[in-house]
Amino acid sequence: MSTSGYWKTASRLTQIGVGKDEATGAISYPIYPSATYRHPAVGESTGFDYTRSGNPTRQVLEDSLAELEGGARACVFSSGMAALTTLFLHFRAGDHLIVSQDLYGGTYRILTEIFDKLGLRASYVDTTDTAAVIAVIKPESRALLVETPGNPLLGIADLVALGEACREHKLLFVVDNTFLTPVLQRPFDFGADVVVHSATKYLGGHNDLCAGVLVARDEALGERLYFLQNSTGGILSPQDCWLLMRSLKTLPLRLERHCANALKVAQWLCLHPRVSSVYYPGLHDHPGHALSQRQANGFGGMLSFRVDSETTACRVLKRLKLISFAESLGGVESLMTLPAVQTHGDIPEPERLRLGICERLLRFSVGIEDVDDIIADLDQALE
Amino acid sequence: MTGKNIRPATVLVHQGRDRDPATGAANIPVYLSSTYHHFEGRAGEYDYARSGNPNRDQVEEAIALLEGGVQGFAYASGMAAIGGALCLLKSGDHLIAPDDLYGGTYRYLTLVLPQQGIETTFVDMTDPQQVEDAVRPETRALFLETPSNPLFKITDLRAMVDIARRRGLLTLLDNTFMTPLLQPTLPLGIDVVIHSATKFLGGHSDLLAGLVTTADEELAKRLKRQHNAMGAALPPFDCFLLARGLKTLKVRLEAAQNGALLLCERLMDHPAVARVYFPQLADHPGRAIHFSQAAGPGAVLSFELKDQKQVQPLLETVKLPIIAPSLGGVETILTHCWSMSHAAIPASVKNSLGIRESLLRISVGIEDPGDLWDDLVQGLERFKR
Repeated sequence: MSTSGYWKTASRLTQIGVGKDEATGAISYPIYPSATYRHPAVGESTGFDYTRSGNPTRQVLEDSLAELEGGARACVFSSGMAALTTLFLHFRAGDHLIVSQDLYGGTYRILTEIFDKLGLRASYVDTTDTAAVIAVIKPESRALLVETPGNPLLGIADLVALGEACREHKLLFVVDNTFLTPVLQRPFDFGADVVVHSATKYLGGHNDLCAGVLVARDEALGERLYFLQNSTGGILSPQDCWLLMRSLKTLPLRLERHCANALKVAQWLCLHPRVSSVYYPGLHDHPGHALSQRQANGFGGMLSFRVDSETTACRVLKRLKLISFAESLGGVESLMTLPAVQTHGDIPEPERLRLGICERLLRFSVGIEDVDDIIADLDQALE
Repeated sequence: MTGKNIRPATVLVHQGRDRDPATGAANIPVYLSSTYHHFEGRAGEYDYARSGNPNRDQVEEAIALLEGGVQGFAYASGMAAIGGALCLLKSGDHLIAPDDLYGGTYRYLTLVLPQQGIETTFVDMTDPQQVEDAVRPETRALFLETPSNPLFKITDLRAMVDIARRRGLLTLLDNTFMTPLLQPTLPLGIDVVIHSATKFLGGHSDLLAGLVTTADEELAKRLKRQHNAMGAALPPFDCFLLARGLKTLKVRLEAAQNGALLLCERLMDHPAVARVYFPQLADHPGRAIHFSQAAGPGAVLSFELKDQKQVQPLLETVKLPIIAPSLGGVETILTHCWSMSHAAIPASVKNSLGIRESLLRISVGIEDPGDLWDDLVQGLERFKR
């Protein structure tokens, strides 16, 4: 498999696990449910002792994810939040984090409810404004956590500029790459130290598993994250590791269709009389459009739009037929969410409204169904 | 299949929910879905799998029923459960724990929590006075394990609950070795019970899982929010496997405990064995306390060989047991604690606790105990010849 270093991403993804099972040559790598492993003798090990510490199925997945992002080591977890929990345990009481204000509500919740009482403080800033980020850096700041595109308003942060700021101020640069995946955006190319994923979303892609990923750029930090993964135990089970590997094989194909469908839907929504604004980085008038073109190979499958009234928003959610009204995103099936109530319900109302997350705002994870059917469903729901 | 008067063996087989309302299937189907449609635009019982899933509800209700808790929580591993429960503490808090606790928990308390400003004092918990003396103004909780691992020291749970109540502390107990069948502890006043369900509750060495339960509504609410926020929930397929494992817990545990009693007797009489550690032994210093709070000795025991050099030949000779860390599976598992289960504890600490290199722990499985003994004897005799 020594030629794999030259393969393009699509080939690497298709070939995940192939050739790894030397015992049988199985193309699909086996699921190892075993909790523990027989030792050949005292002080000897097959490389696997106990599944929390290491599992063959998880190993193949983690190696593939590290290679895909271009990092030294990846660790997988039982959810995106379990990945972030583990990352936050890397810091100490008294440390300070700078975090995108346009971020997933669950990240906000864990910082305010769990890590605040453990002494970890956070400032929430508009990370599309690099100067605003630099302005909140304090002596005890340790890391910058950026989601780009943002959630749910799809703001684009300048990864090059933020990477430079982090280097200058000795901050760990953490990028949540859930929305675009390494197929469309490679944060390590811009100086990121850690990449985070909720793999429940595009990486998994079928709304049938919860998983999280941390990838470290260098070996030392990778070793530290592995120590925390093993010590805290929020690992991904072997069955779900296998499902995730299976999902990754179709990731480039799925993303291609997600992007194409999202652009068409965004353009259609722009022309609808009941829609007051559309947030999609692929639209020419999106403020982050040019920046997005520079740092990513696509605009992704996520968009948000604001309708004329809260009544319209409720009616749309009730009348959708093909599109499901459900939390989550990134699956082959189209899902629509009301962020103010669901994904961002844990952010206090005044703060939420200041960010523009009102009850007229709908977030849409555009699936890979035929785009004409998606638009027809939106059309009847908005009527 | 619920109700307070149902006996444990029945709860185990039927659990809180045991059939699929939609089809009548005898088992709940495995719901892999990460998210749930809101019919008519309204949220139903389930909205997102991290927050709730039918298969997870099944095992969470089962542990609550078995332990007498108000709600259960299932985690991706025993350590994730311990980490989740310990999040009841905050920066600046102080914890008291036994000096001979499980290596993974020791690592968590010494290398992870201190960074978050949570300190632990380790004491010999068989002596309640030592616990009492270690309490400081900022002490918030006692972390308990009984019997201890691997030396089977017994902590008096009633005495611990008494100290905790007088000093305003939480009690958290790792009940992995005993299971709720042998040692139901919420009725004794323990606040939070934790299990590595990887062990007896799962019972087949084919999953990792942790379970937590409490009888206190307020604690349950906090644990629930933390469980959802932190996200280390047990995935649906493993919940299904765990629910399936629970159905046979009673028959497995009874068979394994009988095997352990037989091995204990025979090991005691064997000339190569220096000492056996097992709460059943007549001269075990914690025997009376153990049997005042537990219904049996369990299915794990440790023994020390007279000659440390005999460890390797024994491990090379035995054929039946899996030589590995972990315990509580249908397969007998033989562990060299020094290099496996307690590898995370520094050598000097192990020595001072009496965990010697000549110590072996055996988690007795459900093979025929006669076969197990024949196999062990071969290993024990080999060195002599």
